[in-house]
Amino acid sequence: MHINWFKYSSPQTFYPLAGKMIPWFYGLAVLFALAGLYVSFALAPTDFQQGEAYRIIFVHVPAAWMSMFIYIVMAGWAAFGLALNARLSAMMAQALAPTGAMFTFLALVTGSLWGKPMWGTWWVWDARLTSELILLFLYLGFIALQSAIDDPRRSDRAGAVLALVGVVNVPIIYFSVKWWNTLHQGSTISMTAAPKMVTIMLLGMLFMALAFWMYSIAVALVRVRCIILERERSTEWVKNLFGEEK
Amino acid sequence: MKLKARHKRFILIGIGLALIALAATLILNAFRSNMVFFYTPTQVEKGEVPKDTGFRIGGLVVPGSLKRDDDGLTVHFVITDTSKTVQVIYKGILPDLFKEGKGVVAQGKVDASGLFVASEVLAKHDENYMPPEAAEALKRARENSTSTLVVPK
Repeated sequence: MHINWFKYSSPQTFYPLAGKMIPWFYGLAVLFALAGLYVSFALAPTDFQQGEAYRIIFVHVPAAWMSMFIYIVMAGWAAFGLALNARLSAMMAQALAPTGAMFTFLALVTGSLWGKPMWGTWWVWDARLTSELILLFLYLGFIALQSAIDDPRRSDRAGAVLALVGVVNVPIIYFSVKWWNTLHQGSTISMTAAPKMVTIMLLGMLFMALAFWMYSIAVALVRVRCIILERERSTEWVKNLFGEEK
Repeated sequence: MKLKARHKRFILIGIGLALIALAATLILNAFRSNMVFFYTPTQVEKGEVPKDTGFRIGGLVVPGSLKRDDDGLTVHFVITDTSKTVQVIYKGILPDLFKEGKGVVAQGKVDASGLFVASEVLAKHDENYMPPEAAEALKRARENSTSTLVVPK
């Protein structure tokens, strides 16, 4: 069977498809969040040195993962938009930015709340914390730049360049704890070594990460539908959709 | 071979990204010494730390080195990176995670006698998470292995 993938690269055909997918992703997000919260707060044991306060990682770590991952996806869409002149790709990038910014903010705030009792400080200018703060500024800069230019084609292009330049920051965040002496601890979970954490804690974190993931997809699809309508408002199909009379 | 316009744009984006990555690498390398959050006792010994101004020193607290003065606030401890050590004096409240044998980062200056006078002490904990029972079992296993395991000659 031959599937025409490009069929859904047009806003007109993608709009109803996204609408159909949204409830599924929201449903999965709720399921994973319930499972994740149950494992995190009811099943996972106390930590041997941090006591109960360590439980912030069930929000902090998935949020930090999402902040980096969403940026890469956003930059990827932006690159596609730039190279292929694809409108929908640019819209996807635009739709992802606020969610990415939110997760970055969440990671910074939860880390800070945890840092005060554990490290003894709200904030330090070490490489990990500083590069994550730069990520927040990149998201905010992307959003601001896009909304500052009225012409959508030009705003897409400007935003895409910013998103692509900023993508170098992501490996810097990820490897900062390896490359420099930082106050932030090294990675507990990495792609190359066994996790330095008991399985039940890991499970809670993975469920929460999946919940955040599903939520991000759902909310990005909701946002992209709004962007599609806003940008295509003068086209026939949008007018037909709302049964508007000329 | 004639390239399509969109392929050309992909290649241009790729080249652009590679150049930015190269620039970032060079910049980070150039600022390497400014990017460290703390110095190790070995670096202090070698004199690689800034003179006159304060700096941060990091390492493990030597077990058994923590001593409190009678005022209850002033603490003395020794930081090690397992090869060199530095004596630290600090007046203030220590963070929850501060423990002998665990990581610590102290901000301050070295005085004339070579003592590190800290103005701030932060706990640097490791990336290991486990329940207390597991930590206990691990500790016991380590003690047993060092005391009973005899390597055959």
